Amino acid sequence: MAVVTPAAPAATEEDKELLISGSEAVAEALTLADLDVVTAYPIRPYDTVMQAIAKKISGGQLVAEYIVAEGEHSQFEIVKHASTVGARVFCGSSGVGWMYAMECLVVTPPLRVPMVCLVGNRALDDPGAFGVEHNDALVVRDVGWMLCWIDTSQEALDTTLIAYRVAEDRRVFLPLAISADGAFLTHSQALTMVPPKSKVDRFLPRYDRGDLLLHPDNPITVAPQANEDWVIEIRRQNNEAMARAVGVIEEAYADFRRVFGRGPENPWFEEYMSDDADIILVGMGTISLPIKVAIREMRAKGKKVGLVRLRWFRPFPTEKLVAALSRAKALGIIDRDYSFGSPFGSGVVANEIRAALYNSDRRPPLISFICGLGGREVTLEDVYKAADMCYAAAASGKSDPKTHWLGVRE
Amino acid sequence: MAETTTFTNATQILEPFRGVKRVTIEEYFTSGHRTCQGCESALVMKLMVKASGPRTIVLGSTGCMYVANTTYYTTPWVVPWMHTQLGSSGSAALGTAAGLKALMRKGKMKSEAINVIAFCGDGGGADMGLGAISATLTHKEYNSLILLYDNESYANTDIQLSGMTPYGANTTFSPPGKVKRLIHTRWKKNMAGLMAAGHPECRYVATVCASYAVEMMNKVRRALTIGGPTFIHSLDPCPKGWDYDPMLSHELGELAIETGIFPLYEVEDGQVKYYGKTKAIVEGRPRKPVREYLLKQGRFAHFIEEDLNYFQAKVDEMWEKWEIPAVVPFRRLDKTQAALSAK
Repeated sequence: MAVVTPAAPAATEEDKELLISGSEAVAEALTLADLDVVTAYPIRPYDTVMQAIAKKISGGQLVAEYIVAEGEHSQFEIVKHASTVGARVFCGSSGVGWMYAMECLVVTPPLRVPMVCLVGNRALDDPGAFGVEHNDALVVRDVGWMLCWIDTSQEALDTTLIAYRVAEDRRVFLPLAISADGAFLTHSQALTMVPPKSKVDRFLPRYDRGDLLLHPDNPITVAPQANEDWVIEIRRQNNEAMARAVGVIEEAYADFRRVFGRGPENPWFEEYMSDDADIILVGMGTISLPIKVAIREMRAKGKKVGLVRLRWFRPFPTEKLVAALSRAKALGIIDRDYSFGSPFGSGVVANEIRAALYNSDRRPPLISFICGLGGREVTLEDVYKAADMCYAAAASGKSDPKTHWLGVRE
Repeated sequence: MAETTTFTNATQILEPFRGVKRVTIEEYFTSGHRTCQGCESALVMKLMVKASGPRTIVLGSTGCMYVANTTYYTTPWVVPWMHTQLGSSGSAALGTAAGLKALMRKGKMKSEAINVIAFCGDGGGADMGLGAISATLTHKEYNSLILLYDNESYANTDIQLSGMTPYGANTTFSPPGKVKRLIHTRWKKNMAGLMAAGHPECRYVATVCASYAVEMMNKVRRALTIGGPTFIHSLDPCPKGWDYDPMLSHELGELAIETGIFPLYEVEDGQVKYYGKTKAIVEGRPRKPVREYLLKQGRFAHFIEEDLNYFQAKVDEMWEKWEIPAVVPFRRLDKTQAALSAK
């Protein structure tokens, strides 16, 4: 038999640098991942990713079934079923569009369908607003979706590749939603390194549905009525898959760094000047930009403030986050979401962190902030104010039970 | 990323069964379900996959044929089967077909014609899932069949009325009372006509009734052979929901057709073809009075003469006034009326 010599990698091994938005970066990753089926339905701001994929397909860079659905409910159902016959799928939505698909979102984790989605975070109606709030993606936090928040176009591209690697790992087989702040990331361009396909092929194996494949050669019955006989066991299996995802995510990031030569050592959160910080602020997504600028200004004046930007919300990095946060003298949690009637009236992230710290021996005073809702700009003044309140809490040694809304007309 | 050249969008060529003795003996829907005695929908499932054969994937939306058929640890399905949400039969068919097509096109799966059938009840299909079915019937590049099994109520959840429940029927959401005899006064949707008229590129729409089993199977085979998205509406007598002796299921199916309430036809590439006793009615055989059908069912036991007459008049209209009898409710402009309004 003749031996086929693999083509020399040569020039194709080079990354290329493109000026692209977060949505376009996701579309680059989907092309590299050789996506099979994608469903689109318009709603701002996530739909820019669907426009970018459509161009990839019409330009011949990607061969995939591109289906324009008649609503988000169908949008998510179509890819769910395409995934069960073995196709790599992509979907997404924003705000109330994501809510319209809610029924289909909750059935996906127990079906163990590893779909990857982009949520272009958007305020929920009413009143109408295109701007960012994290409540849309957060509604699925309890039902088995993996959730992460990204900050830059580069992170959008890299995380999309990592998302397929994690979701399609047989130890996990859970859906994954990547959240990108509407407008601030979906529509904002930045220089982004786009890797060659050869590198991606070394990192991302083909999706193999194995014995769960719906095919005449594997005539299985999927999702019958289980009732009280089996439901609780199935829920526990979901929970175990989510727990296994922790190790799979760490593996994936380590491999990503090995293959692509970039990417964070700590997958779970970005730490910005938090090592020696007295005050650590915590947030998700593009809110990191004003916070980082404010931190540099405050550091120049001798205030040791740092940031922990949470990337992964599900699975929640409890131990690692507690270890990183319990060093501080006080914590300020900045939610770009709300949870009306919750403990202390706080946002979702603040109460998750309170819960995570409960068993810790060192629980720094914590203040909960809500700001930037509906895409409202988060100003440096907002961040200074939050940091000052944290300093006051550090001095008194007491948590403030009140939740503070920043940048709101009184 | 290359597209392979071996993929074709071909369908299985399923020749019609020439008579009941030529029907294949293999069953792909067998024991393992717990449907009611006399359930015609279970028979429809059995005939549907008998007609399609083993290289078939079936998707079932929520309803009797999900809840009563598939209880974890048992299954009557010999072919691969998957549940889909109540309003999702259209999306399930489309997604499954698109997934197969993508993988075959790209050489990631062996290229072969696999039948994709999604079924829905009248609630899942004609109420909640109408939009998704409508969308799927416009996607002509994906081969799938959507079969609506119509037992004329949400029978699995306790017999609540749907958009397909006949006028005046007693359901748990429309109980006749001392003050109001009739709660449900909407006329039933004309699903097959709606699907045929509204989707010009859907090449095959048919109505069936399991009382005429060979004809029903052959319509399923025709739909799958023609390909693209296709639609079949099956009327399924339901002993529990309609309140009659289970031994009468077959007879009630026949009566629904003989009274002209439910016509048997197909629309292939826009051409209407009537079948069996419906064809005889079109050719002049008198219809049986609707009361012969209605009064055999407990759900119409509260009907008085006035109700029977109203029902009869509405059915007469289907046959005497509709431009294509019992298929689409369009009428030509009355010439004398037109002349009057012109003045």
